[in-house]
Amino acid sequence: MEAFDILLTASFWAAAIRIASPLIFATMGELICERAGVLNLGIEGIMTAGAFAGWFTVYLGFDLWTGVMIAALTGAAFGLLHGVLTVPLGLSQHVIGIGITLLATSLTYFTYRLLLPEVSSPPKIEAFQPLAIPGLSEIPILGPALFEQTPLTYLAFVSVAVVAWVLYRTPAGVAVRAVGENPSAVEAQGISVSAVRIGAVMAGSALMAIGGAFLTMSAFNSFFFEMINGRGWIAIALVVFGSWRPGKALIGAILFAAFDAYQVRLQQLTGGVIPYQVFLMMPYILSIAALVLVARRVAYPKALMVPYQKGER
Amino acid sequence: MPDTAGDEAETVLRLAGITKHFGALTANDAISLTLKRGEVVALLGENGAGKTTLMNILFGHYTADAGRIEVEGRPLPAGEPRAALAAGIGMVHQHFTLAEQMSVLDNIVLGTQRLFRPRLDRRAARTRIDRLARDYGLAVDAQAQIKDLSVGERQRVEILKALYRDARILILDEPTAVLTPMECEALFATLKKLVADGLSVIFISHKLHEVMAVSDRVVVLRAGAVAGTRAIGETSAQDLAHLMVGAELAQDEVAPATPGPVLFALANARTRSYGGAGLNGVSLELRAGEITGLAGISGNGQAALAAAIAGTLPLSAGTISIRGETMARWSPRQALARRLGRIPEDRHATGMIGDMSVTENVISEGYRSRRFSRLGILDWAAAAAFARQIIAAYDVKCPSEEARVRLLSGGNMQKLILGRALDGDPEVILASQPTRGLDVGAVAYVHRRLVEARDRGAAILLISEDLDEIQALSDRIIVMSQGRLSAPSARGARSQRDLGILMAGHGFDEHGSASDAA
Amino acid sequence: MRLEPRAASSLTRSLSLTVLALAAALVFASLLVMAAGANPLTVFWLVAKGAAGSQFAALETLTRATPLIFTGLAVAVAFRAKLWNIGAEAQLYMGAVMTVVIGTGAVTIPAYGLIPLIMMAAMLAGALVLLGPALLKTRFGVDEVVTTLLLNFIVILFVSLLLEGPLKDPTGLGWPQSEKVIAEAKLPRLIKGKRLHFGFVLALVAAGIIWFIMKKTVLGYEMRAVGHNAEAARFAGIPVNRVLAKTALLSGGLAALAGFSEVAGLKGNLTLDLSPGYGYTGIVVAMLAMLHPLGVVIAAIFVAGIFVGADAMSRSANVPSYIAQVMVASALLAMVTAMMLMRYRIRWR
Repeated sequence: MEAFDILLTASFWAAAIRIASPLIFATMGELICERAGVLNLGIEGIMTAGAFAGWFTVYLGFDLWTGVMIAALTGAAFGLLHGVLTVPLGLSQHVIGIGITLLATSLTYFTYRLLLPEVSSPPKIEAFQPLAIPGLSEIPILGPALFEQTPLTYLAFVSVAVVAWVLYRTPAGVAVRAVGENPSAVEAQGISVSAVRIGAVMAGSALMAIGGAFLTMSAFNSFFFEMINGRGWIAIALVVFGSWRPGKALIGAILFAAFDAYQVRLQQLTGGVIPYQVFLMMPYILSIAALVLVARRVAYPKALMVPYQKGER
Repeated sequence: MPDTAGDEAETVLRLAGITKHFGALTANDAISLTLKRGEVVALLGENGAGKTTLMNILFGHYTADAGRIEVEGRPLPAGEPRAALAAGIGMVHQHFTLAEQMSVLDNIVLGTQRLFRPRLDRRAARTRIDRLARDYGLAVDAQAQIKDLSVGERQRVEILKALYRDARILILDEPTAVLTPMECEALFATLKKLVADGLSVIFISHKLHEVMAVSDRVVVLRAGAVAGTRAIGETSAQDLAHLMVGAELAQDEVAPATPGPVLFALANARTRSYGGAGLNGVSLELRAGEITGLAGISGNGQAALAAAIAGTLPLSAGTISIRGETMARWSPRQALARRLGRIPEDRHATGMIGDMSVTENVISEGYRSRRFSRLGILDWAAAAAFARQIIAAYDVKCPSEEARVRLLSGGNMQKLILGRALDGDPEVILASQPTRGLDVGAVAYVHRRLVEARDRGAAILLISEDLDEIQALSDRIIVMSQGRLSAPSARGARSQRDLGILMAGHGFDEHGSASDAA
Repeated sequence: MRLEPRAASSLTRSLSLTVLALAAALVFASLLVMAAGANPLTVFWLVAKGAAGSQFAALETLTRATPLIFTGLAVAVAFRAKLWNIGAEAQLYMGAVMTVVIGTGAVTIPAYGLIPLIMMAAMLAGALVLLGPALLKTRFGVDEVVTTLLLNFIVILFVSLLLEGPLKDPTGLGWPQSEKVIAEAKLPRLIKGKRLHFGFVLALVAAGIIWFIMKKTVLGYEMRAVGHNAEAARFAGIPVNRVLAKTALLSGGLAALAGFSEVAGLKGNLTLDLSPGYGYTGIVVAMLAMLHPLGVVIAAIFVAGIFVGADAMSRSANVPSYIAQVMVASALLAMVTAMMLMRYRIRWR
C-alpha cells in the first residue's frame, strides 16, 4: 500500500475520528474556560481524574452513562477548586493550573492504588461499543468512518454544536464571552463576574473529564497510569489554533487526529527505517508548528489570564 | 421656604450621609444629595473630590462605610449593581464597560434576559434598540462590533444600555471628556429629550461651562464633602469655581516663553495604529524654552505620537532628529541617552512597576550608568540615596524608599515619575497626560515643575485631553486629529471653539497639515 | 469581596500563614490516610522517621533534594521574569544526555577538567532547549507554557531514540540505557559508602550564586522588572526580549544541571526513568519557596523528605506512597493562597 492510499481508506478515517474524540471534548472544555478568561492548565490532571472516575464507576457495576456522569462531576469539582482559587482570589492561573494537574493526577493514582491494591494488570470493563447509525453508515468511506463509532464519539460532535450554540445563541453564552472580553461590562450589567467565570470553568472541566473518560470507556476498557499522555496540553494548543471558535477547533482536532493516525500507519509502512520515536514526536512538533503559524494572527479573548477585582475599571 | 407637597416634583433619589474611607483617605464624607423627577443635577468637583466614588457607591460597585440610599422612597441594598439596575439606575462610566469583540446588540442585551434561556431573543431586542435609538437621537448600528465604533458611538451604546433596561435615573460620569464639541451638543440634545420623558439625570463634570449649560441644580464636592448646592438660576461660574476650589487657588500666570533653537524634530512620521489612530505623516519641531501643547480627542494618534517619541513604537516612515542630527536608531535607551525625559500616559501600566520599591523604580532608566552599577553589580546604597533625594526634592509622601509603589497615591506616583524624568535636566521633555486623575494641588505642582523646566531651557511637548490645561500652559498649540497635526497657533490665537472645530477633524487639508484656523 | 493590598506583611503574619497552609495540606492528607484505614498520626510519624529518623534517612532525603534544588532554581529564576518554564523535565534530560555523550569516554582528561567541561556542555544543552520557546514567545507571540510542556514529550522521545540507537549500551542486554560514565566524570560521594554526592554541594553553590544574581546584579534587577511589569520595563529602556532570552538560558542551564548531577553523581548512566518528574516537582519547590533562591534549598529538602519518608512509610503501613504527591500538590495550592493573603487583605464589603 502506498503512503497516499492510506488517506482513502475508511479504517484510517474511522481511526482518526476515534483519536479525535477525546481531544474534541478536551478542546471544547478548554475553549469554554478560556472564552471566560481563565486559562485552565489543570486539564491534564482533570482528564486523568475523569478517566479513572468514569471507568471505576462502571467497574463497580454501574452502567456506562452513569460513569460518564460521575466523570463529569469529578471534573466539575476540580473546576470549582480551580475557579475559586483563580477568580475571586485572583491567584496565578499558571501556577494553580499546574497545581490542579498535580493534585488531580496524584489523587487519582492514590485512589487507584488504594481501591485496587493487589492488581497487577488493570481490570477491564465492558466499554462502549460501536453503534452503526442505520442508513448513514452505508455511505462509502464516510459511513464507516463517521457513523460506526461509539456513542461517546457522537456525543463529542454533539458537544461542539452545543458549545457553539450556547456561546453564540444564549444569554449565558453572551455573558461568558463578555466576561472573557471585558469583565467590567458584565459587572456593570448586574451579573457576577465570579459566578460566570467559575461556572464556565466548572462546565469546561466537566467536558475535559469526559474526554479523559473516553479513553477508559470507549477507546480502551481499562485505566493505565499516564494514559492521558499530553492530550490535555495538545487541547490547549488546539484552542489557540482554532482561534477560540468551536467549529475551527473541531477541524483542528480532526486534522491533528488524522495526522496522528497517519503517522502510525506510515510507521508500519516504512518498516523501521526511521526510528518509531520520530513518528511519535510528530504530533507534538506539529502542535508547536501550528501555534507558530497562527500565533500572530489570532484575536484572543482580551481578558484571558487577567484577574478581575470588583469595582475595578 | 418650607417644602409644600404638590408643587414640588417627586424626589426619585435620596443619598443621606454617605461616607467612604480608603485606608487613611476619606473619599466621601457624609454626603447627602437628592434628585427629583425630570431634573438634571450636576455633580461638580475637581479630580479627586469624590464624585466618581460617590456614584460607584450608588451603583453598587463600592459599599459605603455609612449612609443610606433611597430610590423612590425604597432603600437600595448596598454593594449590588444588580439591585441598582433593578431600581432603575443606569450608569455611563467614564471608562466604557463594553466588550470590544462583540456586537452592539449583545452588549446591550447582556444580562437583560434570563441567563439560562435556551435562546437569546435577538429579534425583539433589535426592534427595541432601534426604537430607542430613533426616539432619542442615538443612532448606532446594532450589528456592528464595538471595536469598529468611534468613541462617540460607544457612548451612545452605553446610554442605550441604560435606556434598554428602562432606567429612570441616568448617571453620566464625565461624559464630555471624550467628545468633540459637536458630539457634546448632540449629547445635550439627547439629555433634554430624556428629561422631557421624565428621566432624572446626574451629570458628573469638572467643567463649569457645561454644568451651567445643561443642569438645573449643581452640587459641588470638595475634598470628599459637599461644598454647596446651587440652583442654576441663582449662581454664576465664578461662584461655582469658588465653591469647587475653596480658597482661591491663583493659577500662576505663565510668563511668556523665549524660544531657542529646535532641539527635537519629527519629519513625515508614520506608524501603525496604536491605541487608536497611528501617525499619518506627522512633522513636529520642539524648541528650547517652549511648551508645545498637543490638543485632541483621545484616540486620534496622541498615543502613537507619544510612544514614537518615547522610543517604544517604531516609525514605519519618517525621521527623528535631535539638535538637527538624524537618528538612525531610536529606542527608549537612545531617547534617554539623548537626554529626553518622558512622562508616560499611564502611570500604572507604563510609568511604574507597582510591585517594586520606590528605589527600584527610580533607577529603572539609569541603572546601567556608573552611578548605580559597576560591572553588572548594582550599588543599592547609591540607588537608595537617589530615591531619598527624589522623595525630598519632589515632596513624595511615602513611608520609605523601600515601600512598594503600588501603595502610593496617584499624585505621589506621578511625582516619582516626574523626579525620574527630570533628573539630569533633560533637554527635551515628553509629558503625556501628566495630570490625569490628580487632585488640584498635585496638578498645580506638576504644572509648576514643567514651567520651571521650560524656563531652564527644555523643549516640552505637553499632550493632554484637557483643553483648559493645554491653554493654560502652552506657548503654542497644535491640534491632532486622525493621526495628523494642525498648524501651530500662538498662545491665545485660537478660541476654544476654533480649537474644538479642529479637534473634530475639520479644517485639515488633504496633505495632512491644517489650513489656517477654520 | 475585594482584595486590598497591604502595606507590609509582618513576620508573624507571614510565618503563621505559612504554618497554616502547611497544616491545611496535612489535614487534607490526613483525611486520605483515614480513608485508607490508617491512623494519620502513625503515618505521619512514619513519614517523618523515614525522612529524617536516621543518618541513612537524612542522607537519602538530601540526595533526593539535590535534583529538586536545581529544577526548583530553574523554575524560580524563570517565573521571576514571568517566563513560564514548565519544561524543566526536558532540560534535565538534555543535561543528562550531554553528560553521557561526553562522560562515557569520548573525552578523557582528568576530573578537574572533565567535570567542568561536562557541566558547561550540559548547561548549554538545557539552555538551548528553553531558548527555543523563549524566542518563539518574543518573536512570534507563542505562549511558552504550551511549547515547553510539549517539548517535554518530544525530548523524552528523543532520549528514547538515543538510548535505542547511538547511546545504547552494547552490554545492556537490550535495555534502553546508556553506558556508564567513566571514573573521571563521576562526582565524588560526600561520605564514603553513602549515596549523597558532590552534586548536593554544587546545588547549594548554585543557590548562593542565583541569590546573588537576583539580589545584587543588573541582570537580576532586569529579570524582576520584566516579570513584574514588562511594559513599564520596556518603556524604561530595559531590553525585555534580551532579558527573557538570558533568563531562558539561565533557567534551562540550571535544570540541565539536575540531569548532570543525577547521572554523574548518582546513577552513573542514563535511563528513561532517570527523573520521576523532578522537572514538574521543581515548580512546586519554587512556589513553596516563594521563588526565593535560598528558600528553594529548604523547600527542596522538605519536598524530598516527604517523598523519601512516604516511600519508607508505604512499605510498613498500608497507605499508597502516592500520598506524598498529594501532600506536595495540596501544599502548593495552600501555599500560593497563603502568599496572596500575606500581600492582600480580603474585605467582604
